Amino acid sequence: MSTETPASEEIGENRYVAVARTPEFDALRSTLRKFVFPVSAAFLIWYALYVLLSAYARDFMSTKVVGHINVALIFGLLQFVSTFLIAWLYARYAERRIDPLADDLRAKIEGAPAAGTAAAAATEGEGDA
Amino acid sequence: MPDQVYLAATSVTTQRTLTLTLFVILVGVTLGITIWASRQNRTAADFYAGGRSFSGFQNGMAIGGDYMSAASFLGIAGIIALNGYDGFLYSIGFLVAWLVALLLVAELMRNSGRYTMADVLAFRMRQAPVRTAGSISTIIVSIFYLLAQMVGAGALVALLLGIKAGDTFMGMSAETAKIVTIALIGVLMIVYVTVGGMKGTTYVQIVKAFMLMIGALVLTLLVLAHYKFNLSSLLGEAAAKSGRNPTDAFLEPGLRYGREFAGNATATLVSKLDLISLGLALVLGTAGLPHILIRFYTVPNAKAARKSVVWAIGLIGVFYLMTLALGFGAAALVGRQAIVAQDAAGNTAAPQLAQELGKRYLGGDFGGSLLLAIIAAVAFATILAVVAGLTLASSSSLAHDLYANVIKRGQTDERQEVVVARYSAFVIGAVAIVLGIVARNLNVAFLVALAFAIAASANLPAILFSLFWKRFNTRGATWGIYAGLISAVGVVLLSPISWGGVSDARTPATLTASQAKDCGVAQTSKEVSNATALFSCTTAAPIPLENPGLISIPLGFIFAAIGAMTSKERDPDKYSELEARSMTGAGAH
Repeated sequence: MSTETPASEEIGENRYVAVARTPEFDALRSTLRKFVFPVSAAFLIWYALYVLLSAYARDFMSTKVVGHINVALIFGLLQFVSTFLIAWLYARYAERRIDPLADDLRAKIEGAPAAGTAAAAATEGEGDA
Repeated sequence: MPDQVYLAATSVTTQRTLTLTLFVILVGVTLGITIWASRQNRTAADFYAGGRSFSGFQNGMAIGGDYMSAASFLGIAGIIALNGYDGFLYSIGFLVAWLVALLLVAELMRNSGRYTMADVLAFRMRQAPVRTAGSISTIIVSIFYLLAQMVGAGALVALLLGIKAGDTFMGMSAETAKIVTIALIGVLMIVYVTVGGMKGTTYVQIVKAFMLMIGALVLTLLVLAHYKFNLSSLLGEAAAKSGRNPTDAFLEPGLRYGREFAGNATATLVSKLDLISLGLALVLGTAGLPHILIRFYTVPNAKAARKSVVWAIGLIGVFYLMTLALGFGAAALVGRQAIVAQDAAGNTAAPQLAQELGKRYLGGDFGGSLLLAIIAAVAFATILAVVAGLTLASSSSLAHDLYANVIKRGQTDERQEVVVARYSAFVIGAVAIVLGIVARNLNVAFLVALAFAIAASANLPAILFSLFWKRFNTRGATWGIYAGLISAVGVVLLSPISWGGVSDARTPATLTASQAKDCGVAQTSKEVSNATALFSCTTAAPIPLENPGLISIPLGFIFAAIGAMTSKERDPDKYSELEARSMTGAGAH
């Protein structure tokens, strides 16, 4: 047997294609993309700004804020804060907005969800807080 | 001599006994875990993906264990200890990069692939060319990264056991100890992978991540407590003892990357471009590292993949914050002179800090030896976990992509494929041991940055276009991968890493006596810019950039796009299927 996508033989490839062309799927795609594309652009620009300031704005970066703590250090720490914040916001957005749409469409493709899969998914969800 | 000699002669024996004991315990525990894991290692999914049974938290720990290499633990602490703020630039790139993986890659990849990176690339393309390209790129990235870890480990263990040039230990000179260490690490990683598969490797990485976090936390708390939790006074003392003039330059960017050369506009420009080039490769490389990508297959579904990345971001972020305290702490408490005396690159700054803190707070010399031995064991665990992950990634790709899907055209059973994967791990491990021993005295630290640059230039464009661009096709994927790969390696072969001569953009370096001898020039010579260049110290590099990302990353994206546009191959149905699978998780393995 081929190692390629054997599951498609069980379900039938046209069910994926059919579902991928429904308005519900368009909604899922745009819900995902309208978060991940702008946010990716934003954090890459924010990071680029940090690298460029480190390269070209030495005087600004070396301005002291409190004691020996300067703008460069604070800017660097803000990169940590923004990374943690984006990770948290995305996890929350995905859980509330993306997962319900994806789960519905998945059930549609695979037919009625098997009891076993649903139970397994539920336990996995509880595993991590 | 500085007043804090790293290993006072009287404590050398205690030190070595403690360090070796901990090494032996660590090796015993990890081998025990591997053998235990091997009992549940039956199917291909067990071998390649740990049975997809890990939780998000477990995989988050394992990702941390796979990602935080000796280069980031010892290397970044060392860069901060010697060059101050600039080490922080590295940590930030390494961390922010995880958002690319989280937002654009992890979940879609988990849903649409099976065991390797090339699974996703080849989903809607012609199997043979795309898998061949993906596999070559996977193996090259992993071998470069592996080589850097192994050579680093050889030097490090010799240092941690306190074997200096001309000294012997158990009948071994420093040189022999390096060779023995490289061979031993190679054998261990082969055992972890062939016996334990992904499950064994994952547990080794989890144990390592736990040890690393605890070790770093203890040192961080001791450093902060020493300065009464006043960050400003820690920074102030680190700067004061940095030997920099003005001392505050130590706390600002520019001592190592993006340097300013008074009166030399070209050299300044090139140094700044190099900084931008490095930053680009760091932030875009992570989501294209094959040994990281295959970790997403070890969890049952995309939600768990997302959770594992969120956990990994938390762990890795906290860890890099702690390296700030370790680096600045080492600068302040150990001092530049003592660090450089031990290792010019600063790789032993964190272990030296441990010894110093142990001496002060855990009861004198024995406490110092104990804490040093513990941190040495943590470093050793770090190396083992990372090399195991790399060996697994490359042997999986060799077996699953090249053997099963290119050579056998998919006509093979899973049992046979896993047998091939185990043999591959042997071959990769043996190659890495030989290369590591041959290269043991070369300066291979650049290989980590090169691996990131190849991952960003060759792998990331193909991955992103495969997942998000309907028009993408076989030619796009292969052109992108080969263009990114060849240009990244090509730039390095034409760069100051290979050719160390002086040019408009490269200023003369101050040479040590042995460097001058190796280069065949007088110590006062002004012809040499990089004395550790691979090919020649005196020939100027045609390309002055050390980091290829600025050139190779755009080339990877451009060639992927041009390849796709010039080929007539299109399969909108297959793209719809990929979209449906990757976003909903339907039919996922």
